[in-house]
Amino acid sequence: MVSVEIDRALEWLQSTPFALAIAENDILFPWIESFHVLAIVLVVGTISIVDLRLLGVASLDISARRLMRDIIPYTWCAFAVAAVTGSLMFSSDATHYGHNRLFQIKLVMLVLAGLNMAAFHLFGERDIERWDAPGATTPVAAKAAASISLFAWIAIVSLGRGTGFTMH
Amino acid sequence: MTLNQICQWIDHTAVSEWIKQAAWVVPTVQTIHILTIAVVASSALMLDLRLIGVFWGNRPLEVVKARFLPLIWWPLLLLLATGIIMITAEPARSLKNPAFQLKMLLLIAALVVTGLFQFLHRRSSTSDDGPRAAAVTLAIVSIVLWSSIIFAGRWIAYFA
Repeated sequence: MVSVEIDRALEWLQSTPFALAIAENDILFPWIESFHVLAIVLVVGTISIVDLRLLGVASLDISARRLMRDIIPYTWCAFAVAAVTGSLMFSSDATHYGHNRLFQIKLVMLVLAGLNMAAFHLFGERDIERWDAPGATTPVAAKAAASISLFAWIAIVSLGRGTGFTMH
Repeated sequence: MTLNQICQWIDHTAVSEWIKQAAWVVPTVQTIHILTIAVVASSALMLDLRLIGVFWGNRPLEVVKARFLPLIWWPLLLLLATGIIMITAEPARSLKNPAFQLKMLLLIAALVVTGLFQFLHRRSSTSDDGPRAAAVTLAIVSIVLWSSIIFAGRWIAYFA
């Protein structure tokens, strides 16, 4: 029952004017896809800088909080572009993307990345005063959050590329 | 040897034939290529933002350069290696492709700009950031070039 409802929603999405425009136009999809790749590249690159700081690998001469405050706004901007362009591409062929196994796992990984970040901000960052200073050793919770983040984003890129190869 | 003959020759090498029958190779190599570009483009962006003065402003330019310049240069080897594997798999699709040719020109320009960053580095050891207008111009050119390289890379698939 639920899957019938989902299929109906996907079909509706695919029939909306902007979805049809993307599906029928030759150059719209490549342009949207290019912005998507640029955005995801910046999401992964900038979040890695934060993750490596939390892991205690790099940028140790900067306060962790300062680094996050400087960089994460750029990650969010890039993520917003990736989400909008991704949704547009999804809409153009919603029924196929919706049933693509790699794409489904990619969505699960996005949820994992989001929950991991929320957990870090809610709990992991609580005692940040104690390990914020340059050179201070980061706690296990911060290292775990950073590792999960790196894993999730590498998986997201891999699954995204895999989706492109398994759509036909 | 013409470009066509080069493509045909690559096409018939054992490596190329092996990659073609192993469906997982190209997607895997493309994924590594994109992840590596994430490192290079974001490192370039960090340097660019420092030069424009958006952030990392509390860090001396030399420190930001020591952190990010190696992350632009060294991953290029991995990009070259993964790029060569993709060319080996489908030589005509890339070598004869205007998007690929444009991408290579843009890459050369980006590398020249990155080289200039290092020059700026040496000159600025006396004055702080060197001539500021020049640094900002270079940073903006760098952002445009790396973005264009990513775009051209994606468009290879649509010119093939």
